[in-house]
Amino acid sequence: MFRFALAALAALMIGPGAALAQQGPLHIEIDEGVIEPLPYALPSFVAETGGASEMAAQISQVINADLSGTGLFRQIPENAYLQRFSSFDTPVSYADWQAINAQALIVGGVSTSGGKVVVKFRLFDVYSNQQLGDGQQLAASPQSWRRLAHKVADVIYSRITGESGYFDSRVVYVSESGPKDKRLKRLAIMDYDGANVNYLTDSSTIVLAPRFSPTGDRILYTTFETGFPRIKLMNVGNVSGQLLPEVPGTMTFSPRFSPDGGSIVYSLEQNGNTDLWKMSASGGAPTRLTNSPAIETAPSFSPDGSRIVFESDRSGGQQLYIMPAGGGEPTRISYGDGRYGTPVWSPRGDMIAFTKQAGGRFFIGVMRTDGSEERLLTASFLDEGPTWSPNGRVIMFTRESPGAGGGAQLFTIDISGRNLKKVGNAGGASDPAWSPLLP
Amino acid sequence: MNFAPKAVILLAVLGLAACNNPDKYGSGNGVVDPGGVYGGGDGSVSQGSISDPNSPAYFNATVGDMVHFVVDQSTLNDEARNILMGQAKWLNAHGKYSAIIEGHADEQGTREYNLALGARRASAVQEFLISQGVSASRLRTVSYGKERPLAVCSSEDCYSKNRRAVTVISLGAGS
Repeated sequence: MFRFALAALAALMIGPGAALAQQGPLHIEIDEGVIEPLPYALPSFVAETGGASEMAAQISQVINADLSGTGLFRQIPENAYLQRFSSFDTPVSYADWQAINAQALIVGGVSTSGGKVVVKFRLFDVYSNQQLGDGQQLAASPQSWRRLAHKVADVIYSRITGESGYFDSRVVYVSESGPKDKRLKRLAIMDYDGANVNYLTDSSTIVLAPRFSPTGDRILYTTFETGFPRIKLMNVGNVSGQLLPEVPGTMTFSPRFSPDGGSIVYSLEQNGNTDLWKMSASGGAPTRLTNSPAIETAPSFSPDGSRIVFESDRSGGQQLYIMPAGGGEPTRISYGDGRYGTPVWSPRGDMIAFTKQAGGRFFIGVMRTDGSEERLLTASFLDEGPTWSPNGRVIMFTRESPGAGGGAQLFTIDISGRNLKKVGNAGGASDPAWSPLLP
Repeated sequence: MNFAPKAVILLAVLGLAACNNPDKYGSGNGVVDPGGVYGGGDGSVSQGSISDPNSPAYFNATVGDMVHFVVDQSTLNDEARNILMGQAKWLNAHGKYSAIIEGHADEQGTREYNLALGARRASAVQEFLISQGVSASRLRTVSYGKERPLAVCSSEDCYSKNRRAVTVISLGAGS
């Protein structure tokens, strides 16, 4: 629930994109499990130049969608507002906002000139009668207006929760179309909320399980373009790609970057046996990390790069194991009923998300890195492939519906297990991978 | 702040599939995806007539191009071994052909694990064919995991058909 401190908040200079940690009178403690969202008011941002009103309305809309979409905030409808802002600098009448039970108020202005969109905003703590943090101004080219809105929402989220946001981020995934036995797959990128879809490949060949580099500028994925599974490294900026070298007669798949972007861990199959290997992202001889007759795949680095969690069926069924990043004796961490796969280390380092199969159902869950405190967040006919939001608060995953007409779509769930939502309105989609917060 | 937009351009052309692209998904009954969307192109073999014992069509339909597996396993049962003995006999008698063995899994599994599981199944078939005298150089394996189901329902009826390895005949005596 909301915690209200009595101490007055010192105004902070807040650099854009910085992770914020201050606590003030207006504060949501996410760990306590927010059930009742915080009511806020956001009067549509003031158009400060002629012709900016449509842009101001759109930016306001996206900020509202970001904040409300978390399940932590609830926008009070604009027709309930008692005070109108004719200018960005109109003094706030706190009583008018207290009267409608708004706890936070966001006031903004938008101007467009010289090929730039400029957004200014201030956040007010209504019950403390004061501004929360300094006002901020952000500028971008008109085609990046959504990023401006996401940046504003990230700052607001951050000031109220004390954690960094996740709205100005993107997701690489596999776009799906066509019937189940002839499914067409192509690599695509979208904003985290499903907007701005761009296709990176055509649908002439099967592509699977893309992953961003730590800086988001490169993508690793598996492609059948040679007729056999191979790993491809793509530069997002110019959409050029190259197949990674491989040993003839083997299959390579399941590639992941190390947190420093310098190396790639992946699965290599030879004579029916799949093990984990590692190669430098800049070339050089691969080294072997596991050596067992079992299937070892779906690796994921710890954020500090020192360890790798992966799945192996060496004990009979798929289970999760952690080993040093250079290889070595793995420690099993999953011991519950059923099978555990696709482990993904959280960006905060404290948890591992996974896919679980038990009793003919699929679940997305999280556990501590020692395997304790397992919690299942979702359940369905087929949920798989979790990926973490940059702040480690939300998980996106693939949900596939059963039957001949079944298809895959992307969903998000809060790690509290609340706020299950479908992502975007696009058609079929699978294998999401969340980017870091954009710079 | 720098808001320079990242230009993302639609990739217009991908490299065409290599000439030995298998991609037949075990269509069985002599019906092979003739290139088509996933088209292998050059690797497609003239299938000939089912009644001609020397034709790939006969191999597919009469010898049997497909064996099946139980859930999460790659063990060959007696029925599978019988079919594979027939395949080996045919391949040993028709040296101008080679084969790509496709391994598949049903949808009850995670994507990457199923790729590895399909590879296990394909490899089990490959090893058995080699044990029956087929030269290793004529056999390649590939796994499609759960990406290319043959049957599309979500029950054991279909799953049992999808847990398969398919021997796809191609021209050439191998590498």
